[in-house]
This record gives sequence, C-alpha cells and structure tokens, in this order.
Amino acid sequence: MSNPRVAGAGVTKFGKHPERTGRDLFAQAGLEALDQSGVDSDDVDALFYGNFMGELAEHQGHQGPLMAEAIGLDVPATRFEAACASAGAAIRAAVKDIRNGEADVIVVGGAERMTNIGTAAATDALAIAADDLYEVRAGMTFPGAYALMARSYFEAYGGSREDLAHIAVKNHEHALVNEHAQIQKEISVQDALEAPTIASPLGLYDSCPITDGAAAAVLTSEAYAEEHGLEAPVAVTGTGQGGDNLALQDRAHFAQTPAADAAAEEAYADAGIGPADVDVAEVHDCFTIAEVLAIESLGFYERGEGISAATDGETTRHGVMPVNLSGGLKAKGHPVGATGVAQLATIAWVLDGSHPRADAVEDGRIGVCHNAGGTVASTTVHVLEVAE
Amino acid sequence: MTEAAPDGQYDAWLDAIEAGEGYYLECANGHGWLPPRRICPECRSRDLGEERLPDSGKVTTHTTITVPTPQFEDDAPYVTAVADFGSVSITGMVRGIDPEDVEIGTVVGVEVGERVTTGDRAVVFRPR
Repeated sequence: MSNPRVAGAGVTKFGKHPERTGRDLFAQAGLEALDQSGVDSDDVDALFYGNFMGELAEHQGHQGPLMAEAIGLDVPATRFEAACASAGAAIRAAVKDIRNGEADVIVVGGAERMTNIGTAAATDALAIAADDLYEVRAGMTFPGAYALMARSYFEAYGGSREDLAHIAVKNHEHALVNEHAQIQKEISVQDALEAPTIASPLGLYDSCPITDGAAAAVLTSEAYAEEHGLEAPVAVTGTGQGGDNLALQDRAHFAQTPAADAAAEEAYADAGIGPADVDVAEVHDCFTIAEVLAIESLGFYERGEGISAATDGETTRHGVMPVNLSGGLKAKGHPVGATGVAQLATIAWVLDGSHPRADAVEDGRIGVCHNAGGTVASTTVHVLEVAE
Repeated sequence: MTEAAPDGQYDAWLDAIEAGEGYYLECANGHGWLPPRRICPECRSRDLGEERLPDSGKVTTHTTITVPTPQFEDDAPYVTAVADFGSVSITGMVRGIDPEDVEIGTVVGVEVGERVTTGDRAVVFRPR
C-alpha cells in the first residue's frame, strides 16, 4: 500500500472578508494548490471539499460542484460535513481512495464564509453542531460547551485560567510570522486574564475568532508523483477517525475526548508510529481548553498533565513538543470547513522546511494534524512524514 | 403563518416534566437516555422502558454565558449546566440562584420554563 503525497497546498489569508463569496475564497486556495503541485488539472480525479455552515451563511447547499467549477475542474465533487472536522473527513476519504487505487490525484479542501452574517448569527450557526433539542434549546453555545468541559477538567485534574492563558499567549506568538493568520498580535497572560468573559470560565482570548477563509491541497499517489517528477517530499502515512455521543450530557466524561483517543490510536497504528515519534503537531484549539484535551488524546501527555504544557514552555516553538506553530485556530483563525486542510498544509510546509516556523523542528520528520468537530464528537487524526 | 410541527417525543417529554411526571428511558443494562431512542447506543439493547426521573439531580458542570445566540439575547447572562439524575444527565438553564453561587454539586430539580427572548419552552433547573 503506497501512501499519498502532498503535492501542493494553498491557503487564503484568514480573517474578515465579509464581501468575499465562498467560491472566490476557495478558488484562490484551490488554484494556488494546483499551481504549486505541478499537477495537470486534466489528471485530477475528484474534489473532496469540507464546509459546515454554507446553507446558513450563504444560502448555498450543494457546494461540491460549485467549488470544482471555481477551480476549473470537471470532476466528481462531494462536500463533506462533520462540523469543524469537515475538511479532516475529506482528507481521510481522499487518502483511502488513493491508497485503494481508486484515484491518482484528489484535490482536498474546504472553505467557510462566516463574518458576513455577524457574530450573533455566526454563533447561532456554529451551535447547530451541538444537539439542537437537548443542548442548544438549553442555551448552549460553542464557547458554552467548551466552558462546561473546561470546568470539568479543572474539577477533575486541577489547572487554572492562567494555564489556559499561556496557551493563547503561545499561539498568538507563533502566528506573528504567519502571513495567513487572522491575528498577528502578541498578547500577555494578563491581557488574556483581563479580557471579557464569553462563557465562564472562558474569556475572549480563550476563543478562536470568527473567520472567512479557504484551504486546499493536492494529494497524489506515490506512483503518480514519481512518474511526473513532482516535488512532493511529504506523505500522509496514517489516518484515523473517531466518534462519540453528540451531546455532552450523554458522555461518561466531559474532560476527556475519546473520539480523539480513537482517531489517534488508529492513525498511529496505520503509520506504524507512536506519540513519542511525533516532532510537531497542529491541533484543534477552537478554545484553549481544546488544545489541552487534544494533546492528552494524542498521547503527548497523561490525563491531567496537558494543562501545564504551555505554561512550562514545552509546547512553544522552543519547547520539546511544538504545538500549533501556525498560531492554531486561536490566532490563525478558524474558517470551520477549511481548518482540517489548513492544518495539513501547515504540517507539510513545516516538514518540507518552507514554513516560517519550520526552524522550530529543524530535523522534524513526523507531524500530526488533529481536527475535531462539535464538542469532539467527530475527530480525524492524520500522520504526515517526510518520505524522501 | 403555519404553526411548526411539534418535535414528537421531545415535546412529549417536556409535557411530562410540566405535569410533574418527568421520565427518562432506561435499557435492560441500566443505561439512561432522553427520548427518542430505539436502541441503547451503549449496549445496543432495544428493550428501553420509561423510568421516573428522580426529583433532584446534582450539577456536574456549569457555565455562565454572556455571549449568547440571538435566540437567548435577552436571557443573557444565564447559567447553562449539566445535572446528573442518576442513570441519565440533562442539560438545562439554572434559575432561582445567583450565577456566582452555582457550584458543582448544587442540588437541583428540573422543570419547564420559558426562554425570555422568544417565549419558547426550555429545561430549567432550580436549587432544591
């Protein structure tokens, strides 16, 4: 079984582009990815595209063919929806098809237009990733849901808002050199602690911004990359996906994310590696507490120990296990349906040395992407490795 | 305007709580769920029966939400909590107590209240 190569990737500037349509955002990222890959568009077999709230934000369903057309492709095109893990699910499907020999070239990507409808309506749209009857109607928002998880974590394992603030400070600092990032502003622990509360115990700086943006990548079979002399040194060597009860109330723990445990276990086994082999990770820090839950599920930390990783400097770019060198969702931004592929692009660029933070892991050979949907009821984990 | 269709067993469940006859569904192995369920997702038992909801539960986690969705605009700030009623847990809005005083372990009863913003029914917890 040969592992797909990342032949090229493209990401728009993440941020507030309320006037830009989803199709224009995706066209920019998709064309950039195709151009960078050196792949002839006639060779593309399919588009797998992630999007979450297109119906609510743009009154636009059936976005697969629309987005294929936007990047000049006449291929079968399917939209994947798994809330914030939509693009991760698209990647996974592409990896499987290429491995199975069903396809040689698949464009994966995603886009989300969010700021055009305003913060309140975007908060409302994001909330539909939760259980409408039993959570949303009880006032749950997404910051609220992660606040419930954060309070459970503090109760079960300890930790403080200050520990969470260190995660925000770290990710803001990482984003300073990322030209795609929505927020390029250094903050202090004090800034984070003094920011307005959104849903106690979480404040403004515990939360990722609302973002417009798109990301795309061209995945090819190893044989195709070799035959066409593509410069594609990074391979996707492991894929995993896990699921959980949709509603928090139905889970045994609110401070653990078993869907991510399962996704990580599967992806590591698939790649034949373990957590100790990983040099760098992009994880789904939609809220600061989510980064803690992610690095524990990925096996970098024991339960209850991930909370102090940023405070202790271990997950900073100078630390032993750099996490979210892009700035994470926290500072880079989180155009929901694009995030999984933006993570893949970041890791590919870090491993091939072209990312502005690649110097954090100069000899890095293995990176992982952790993309979570809802309150982690859907999670994909992908392992990327330098193949040549 | 066409009146929206009720949400089947969910609205029936709220009706039951309003009537003081709250219940949950329990499978043969004691796993509790809220309706509708045709199968226990934990053990796949299809033998689900109605059990009486205990009079009180304990808050297991809570948050005070200051940035709401438009449907809760006039309710904010409000407390949303998960409370453990034994075999089943329920998410609801906590009322009748200062948000600052809500704690993990606070004992609450469940009732049906109204959302201030829209008048829609909502699961409400009150300290017991």
